[in-house]
Amino acid sequence: MGLTQIVAGYVPLLDSAVLLATEEFGFAESEGIALKLVRETSWANIRDRIAIGHLDVAHMLGPMPISANLGLTPLDVPVIAAMSLGLGGATITVSNAVWAAMAEAGAPHDGAPGPTGAALRSVVAARAARGEERLRLAVVHPESAHNYALRYWLAASGIDPDKEVEIVIVPPPFQADALEARRTDGYCVGEPFGSISVHRGIGRIATTKGQIWQMSPDKVLGMRAQWAQRFPEQLAALLRAATRAARWCEDPANHVALSAMLAREDRLNVDSTMLLRAISGKLQFEEGVVQTLPDFFVPYSRAANFPWVSHAMWFYSQMVRWGQIEHTAENAVKAMGSYRPDLYRAALTGMGMAVPGANSKIEGDLAEPLAVGAQGGQLIIGPDGFFDGARFDPDRLDDYIAAQRG
Amino acid sequence: MAESLSILVIDDNPIRASIIEAGLRDAGHASVQVIADIDDVARRIGEIAPDVVIIDLENPNRDVLEHFFALSRTIKRPIAMFVDKSDPAEIEAAVDAGVSAYVVDGLRKDRIKPILDMAIVRFRAYSRLQSELEAARNELQGRKTIDKAKGILMSTRGLSEDAAYALLRSTAMNQNRKIVEIAQALITASELLGP
Repeated sequence: MGLTQIVAGYVPLLDSAVLLATEEFGFAESEGIALKLVRETSWANIRDRIAIGHLDVAHMLGPMPISANLGLTPLDVPVIAAMSLGLGGATITVSNAVWAAMAEAGAPHDGAPGPTGAALRSVVAARAARGEERLRLAVVHPESAHNYALRYWLAASGIDPDKEVEIVIVPPPFQADALEARRTDGYCVGEPFGSISVHRGIGRIATTKGQIWQMSPDKVLGMRAQWAQRFPEQLAALLRAATRAARWCEDPANHVALSAMLAREDRLNVDSTMLLRAISGKLQFEEGVVQTLPDFFVPYSRAANFPWVSHAMWFYSQMVRWGQIEHTAENAVKAMGSYRPDLYRAALTGMGMAVPGANSKIEGDLAEPLAVGAQGGQLIIGPDGFFDGARFDPDRLDDYIAAQRG
Repeated sequence: MAESLSILVIDDNPIRASIIEAGLRDAGHASVQVIADIDDVARRIGEIAPDVVIIDLENPNRDVLEHFFALSRTIKRPIAMFVDKSDPAEIEAAVDAGVSAYVVDGLRKDRIKPILDMAIVRFRAYSRLQSELEAARNELQGRKTIDKAKGILMSTRGLSEDAAYALLRSTAMNQNRKIVEIAQALITASELLGP
């Protein structure tokens, strides 16, 4: 029998690993799918090609389906996330000059976001006192987990992200160049684009997204709602294949093969050693300073593939917080419907892989990993703490938004 | 005649940019600026105040550009991606051709459409030119490979040039492969076995 073709877009980043492995290591084929991978150069391209149907599914920024459904995108096409492509995965890197000032102000070596943020606040204040320009920090897209993690960390550290620093957009592969040319002073981006600056000796990883918010969401597998509705069997088969691929990606026995595949010229086209470090959670924060972060990038365990509605709602709360969208009951409902745990759970039924029974959780509740009730077996989730100890209860969205308005 | 539109073309490919620019000028648009570097766009967008921005879809800086447009302090008037909802085929044609257009708020559709149509035609023409060049290059490369393989057969088996070619051709036919593939295989084998 012939294979069914599904066209999948991706942007060359570490967290496209699950999608690329789904094709490369035969997981798609064993589900009867010929996955055709298309490398894209911008998130705008992913958005447009999904909207007009050039792509069936894509590696997307977690907030992208929400933006599409809230009318923040040019084409009015409903988009959903049916799976998460992993947790963690991003770093905050600063220039050597900024790091030197931060270290002097007491920034620790291990990336602990609290004291690191306090040191950055001292640097920001000292620059302002001397009448120097604001620090310029880059993210890859305004509606991205990176922008929200960076802003969350800054705000919780007492730095106003809109007034006391400037946040600009730079595509991932150009981040290191911009830092070197002093067009930016730091950035938050998915790997390997933080490690590249360390490798080039021009920057230092100050902290990571997974330390700011443990097990935090990042990219999703997104698609037109209409496509999911029209091809439910293909979608379910793809979700099963991608989940098996995710399990394969997490197994340390496969890390070398995975990083070699991702490093290829037709994939990420970067050094495989750097990818291997990120995959195995042994990042070099600076040359010779290895930081072991077992949760740096979690492709599979801890329900990493489950599209929690609470993740969508947290992204929505941050869109409201930073003025990208107005909070209304109607908008909140649209955001909530953007993530579809029901589709993911249905696809995985009977596979012997555990799936959470709930669609939402209180984010920031788990200081330690916790075994939870799950369909199809035992499941451990978390820890999912925010570094400042805050909690996000999606059932109390209005309170959270009001509290952040300050 | 309606007031002339200010058009900004962002393209780091100078040949394609000049093809687009010439087309726009031929169509009577006098105010056309071409910028290659996104940092120059950031610096000059306020002064250019474009009504229409045309950019290569594969330009990785599209996300950067869209962010400029969203920031009111960089530009005076809001700019958004051009989408004609009454004509979904238009956006598809644009994406197919690899071109993306942004326009200032309030500009009438009938003023944009001819510009976008022209850009689509010129982008397509450029892609065609590229693939023809590519094909010509491959053709030349193929001919060199076949010549080299013929040379190997002539010297190792004492064949004439015609006989060497005939052998390559019949082998290709028997194996249902292209002559150039057989020639390449022969060269590789000869390099492995050779002195």
